Amino acid sequence: MQLTEMRPDFERADGVLAGVEPREWLFRGIVGGAALFVFVVIIAMIYELTRQAWPAIDAFGLGFLTSTTWNPPSEQFGAAPFIIGTLVTSSLALVLGTIIGVGSSLFLVEVAPRCVRLPVSYTVELLAAIPSVVYGLWGVFVLGPWIQHTAGPFIVRWFGWLPWVEGPALGVGVFEAVLILTIMILPTIVAISRDVIGAVPRSQREGILALGATRWEMVRIAVLPYARSGILGAAILGLARAIGETLAVALVIGNSTQVPDSIFSPAYTMASVIANQFREAENDMHVAALIYIGLLLLIITLLVNAGARLLVWRVTKGQITTVIE
Amino acid sequence: MAGDSPLRTPPKVAAPVVRPRARGAAAGAVSTDVRIRAEHVSVSYGDRRAIEDVTIDIHDRAVTAIIGPSGCGKSTLLRAFNRMNDLIPSARSTGRVEMDGVDVLGRNIDIVRLRRRVGMVFQKPNAFPMSIYENIAYGPRQHGQKRRARLDEIVESTLRRAALWDDVDDRLGASAVGLSGGQQQRLCIARALAVEPHVLLMDEPCSALDPIATLKIEDLMRDLARELTIVIVTHNMQQAARVSDYTAFMLAGEERIGRLVEFGLTDVLYTTPSDARTEEYITGRFG
Repeated sequence: MQLTEMRPDFERADGVLAGVEPREWLFRGIVGGAALFVFVVIIAMIYELTRQAWPAIDAFGLGFLTSTTWNPPSEQFGAAPFIIGTLVTSSLALVLGTIIGVGSSLFLVEVAPRCVRLPVSYTVELLAAIPSVVYGLWGVFVLGPWIQHTAGPFIVRWFGWLPWVEGPALGVGVFEAVLILTIMILPTIVAISRDVIGAVPRSQREGILALGATRWEMVRIAVLPYARSGILGAAILGLARAIGETLAVALVIGNSTQVPDSIFSPAYTMASVIANQFREAENDMHVAALIYIGLLLLIITLLVNAGARLLVWRVTKGQITTVIE
Repeated sequence: MAGDSPLRTPPKVAAPVVRPRARGAAAGAVSTDVRIRAEHVSVSYGDRRAIEDVTIDIHDRAVTAIIGPSGCGKSTLLRAFNRMNDLIPSARSTGRVEMDGVDVLGRNIDIVRLRRRVGMVFQKPNAFPMSIYENIAYGPRQHGQKRRARLDEIVESTLRRAALWDDVDDRLGASAVGLSGGQQQRLCIARALAVEPHVLLMDEPCSALDPIATLKIEDLMRDLARELTIVIVTHNMQQAARVSDYTAFMLAGEERIGRLVEFGLTDVLYTTPSDARTEEYITGRFG
């Protein structure tokens, strides 16, 4: 209903009511500008990376993605070892981090008494505050030797029949990078999934328990389906961090331009090869190839985010929100 | 509403069904077998005592209503019967709640089996975000019934008992969350019935429902009371008068500790209360 239908006298006030308050415009301008800024930065980045990578794009084309040769002196470049290294390390870290992270969140919310919950939560969150170079050094001096002398031989001895499990463990390699990344993404996953699990309505928990369900059944039937989208979101944030992590990985992954054939092989990730080689690039084509990798890293990150959004959207479509009212 | 006596001025919607329909079957033949015997039950949350020294007999195949103003501990008492208070870490219970010869407040009680025997329906319908069929089949399947044909039977028979079958028989696979509030609440009742409980606890089951849906649930309670024991907590005195055979009136005094004031046959308690506070409450002078 129009305002004037209810109160005809409002018509006369048109002169006063017309237009928009100047401060409203100011507000719109500021927030609109901020949003535009982010957009412009992304576009500018893609443009600039493409421009500077152009010699390599021109020379290698899409074959760059599948070629495994990385030979700076002969100006032969292919990014496959780095793409594989990044995808393998970050997806394994994602799997491990999600299992451990969701498990510890369930413990914190469903099992732990309050006197345990808070200290453990703070400790996990503290993990996020540790600089990545510290993780890297810890990986080099503590984790690496332990894997080389203790965990590695044990795993090769008992699980050597699995594919991609072959020794010897060198103290640097894919496995070390995966463990470091797992620890680094844990605080993100735990913090978010703890909150979404805690937000599952009490009525759902009580409903299932009143049917004579055990705690585990309650978690499986009432808690996890409800918290599913939030946990997915947490895992995605963790994945994004794992893909982009540079320094800690560069210190422990072994920096080999070969495609890894075992979890104990040294390898390289896209981010760490850029960090390690950019300043010592041997020729212009080397620089262009590294920037090409940077462009691919940006695209992969964007694709992961888009895919993750699609996943969350498909999982939550029309069921979760309606329950909450 | 607080100013109306339930007997003198029943609300419009409820009027046609007030006594004859609801009490017809039970009148004169109210069960006197005791199903749950609560003796000196006290429950505390941390330092705060919620109910103290409640002694009450819940009769078999009858509806027992627990009424009283907010904060009188009626839900706490109800939740002592299936150990739901255990979910609150600071809750401590003392006294005895005897059922089938055992003290369910005791230490080595299998709570999972207790809750299977004592079902519960909550204030807000809490259907699980899955299909209607799965909402009901979940409980029996969890308790060992794996045969699809038998599960189909259970789903149909419990939905019929909950007076929901005709509403949903063509869309058992649809999400339960799409049902109306009243339908969801009947689904929750069906879900509770599917594990064949002996006792059904209902914690203000109609407070989130409209009057029509409320009447359906009340009719259902009367039907179910022929086979099982129902305990309902309600803040609605008219509802207690309509559906219950026995009524317990609870009240918290100055110190906010809930106590049982009076318990007896609903007819007697509503017409000739023996305690002055009961009379004040049911005639709407407070609460």
